[in-house]
Amino acid sequence: MITFDQVSKRYPGGIDVLKNVSFELAKGEMAYLSGHSGAGKSTLLKLIAAIERPNSGTVLVNNQNVSKLKSDALPYLRRNFGLIFQDHKLLFDRNVFDNVLLPLQICGFEYKESAKRVRAALDKVGLLGREKSNPIALSGGEQQRLCIARAIVNRPSILLADEPTGNLDAEYAEEIMNIFNSFHQVGVTLLISTHDAALLRETNLRIIELKQGAIQPHSRYAADLHETEDA
Amino acid sequence: MNTLSTQQGVIRTALGRMFVSPMAGIVNILVIGIALSLPAGMYVLLKNAQGLVAQLSGSPQISLFLAMDATPYSEEQIRRQLNDHQNIKSVEFISRTDALNTLSEETGLTDVIAGLDKNPLPDAFVISPRTSNAKQLDELRNELQKIQGVELAQLDSAWAYKLEAFVEFAHIAVLVLASLLSLGLIAITFNTIRLQIVTQRDEIQVAKLIGATDAFIRRPFLYFGAIQGLLGGIAAWLIILSSLQLLKQPLANLSQLYASNFALEPLSAGDSASLLLFSLYLGWLGAWLSVARHLSLIESR
Repeated sequence: MITFDQVSKRYPGGIDVLKNVSFELAKGEMAYLSGHSGAGKSTLLKLIAAIERPNSGTVLVNNQNVSKLKSDALPYLRRNFGLIFQDHKLLFDRNVFDNVLLPLQICGFEYKESAKRVRAALDKVGLLGREKSNPIALSGGEQQRLCIARAIVNRPSILLADEPTGNLDAEYAEEIMNIFNSFHQVGVTLLISTHDAALLRETNLRIIELKQGAIQPHSRYAADLHETEDA
Repeated sequence: MNTLSTQQGVIRTALGRMFVSPMAGIVNILVIGIALSLPAGMYVLLKNAQGLVAQLSGSPQISLFLAMDATPYSEEQIRRQLNDHQNIKSVEFISRTDALNTLSEETGLTDVIAGLDKNPLPDAFVISPRTSNAKQLDELRNELQKIQGVELAQLDSAWAYKLEAFVEFAHIAVLVLASLLSLGLIAITFNTIRLQIVTQRDEIQVAKLIGATDAFIRRPFLYFGAIQGLLGGIAAWLIILSSLQLLKQPLANLSQLYASNFALEPLSAGDSASLLLFSLYLGWLGAWLSVARHLSLIESR
């Protein structure tokens, strides 16, 4: 589903954020992307959604070379993704319902069909009762769940989440991971970046660890991670 | 994809943005309306003036006044010359006695005229030329002036032709004014849309990140520009209509003094439609230029 082949990324005037990164994520797979902040996790996710372009190497999504895509094809690529941002990127000039409606408006859905889908997505993340609220009135955990609702309303085949549990306490974080697990069960491909050690320690999922822009070869499983964390 | 309901949604979005700050929106529409009403109003007045000129100079005449000492013989000779002239349609002779009678009848100055010891008026021919071209008329007048025994050849509608020339000049002035103010209108829309793009920055960024095409992002701004232009055009139309209404009575009084039944024609249906379409187009163009310039500056991050 997602293939990185020898991908390097350097921001203008900066150091190499990613160095020769290669990995593959199978269809329907759920994996963590771990590493300290500044390790290149966000950049890697941005390369998948073609928000950034690599300096060298190829990024394939559904066997499409994302880095060679023309800019007018980008919107249609991005509709395959559900993006969950670290800073949520919610719009505070409209209510919860309209925030979730936006992706469907972009894809040109009929309003009636859209409203049904929006309510289903809000129900999934437990925000159905708050649809008339302004997102500013929501707690951090609720805002994160709203962001998830917006990402899934379009029924994407790939979910990319950047630090979804970043500023949440353990209880909220678990709630959100349960939501992700339910998507995993229905066949959605998920890549979740996190530096939450507790979360990584408990999981049986594959972990791709980035360290200073390079993938750590021995850290494919949780057990390996503990060693590097302790080191 | 571009179903009717999404189009309505876009129009709703555009109108919604207009009512976010209703005062600013109204001021914008008013400014556009005033800017458009100036050249459009002048155009209406000019069109009326042209109608007046055409009415007045429709059948040009040349009056040929004979010398006071002209004999019936020379009068007959002149008449023959005129009848033979290829550029002259018809000739009417008004003898000095007839002229004096007409004058005393029309002005009621019978007593004064009766008191004159001799008739001060000359014999005259009133000539209807075949042409109505100003230059040819002038040539004809010069030619007739040279006939022996003619004291004065006078082109009756000369002033109408001068007015026509002036109207032509004013026409160009209106065009220049209209072009300048159109540019102003484009600039107003350009700036309004720029401000909107700045305030909608977050929405644009998020929309781009979740798969919005440029066309999707552009559309509400273009609709906004077009709607604002159209409303400005409607404002201009109302300004012109009410101004003409104000001018109507004074002008009727004035035209009565000149024994004319001249009345101001308002904007025709075709001209009204042109005005509205033009203002709509200018608004759209201003928005398009602004979006093309500013949207690329907001790149998704």
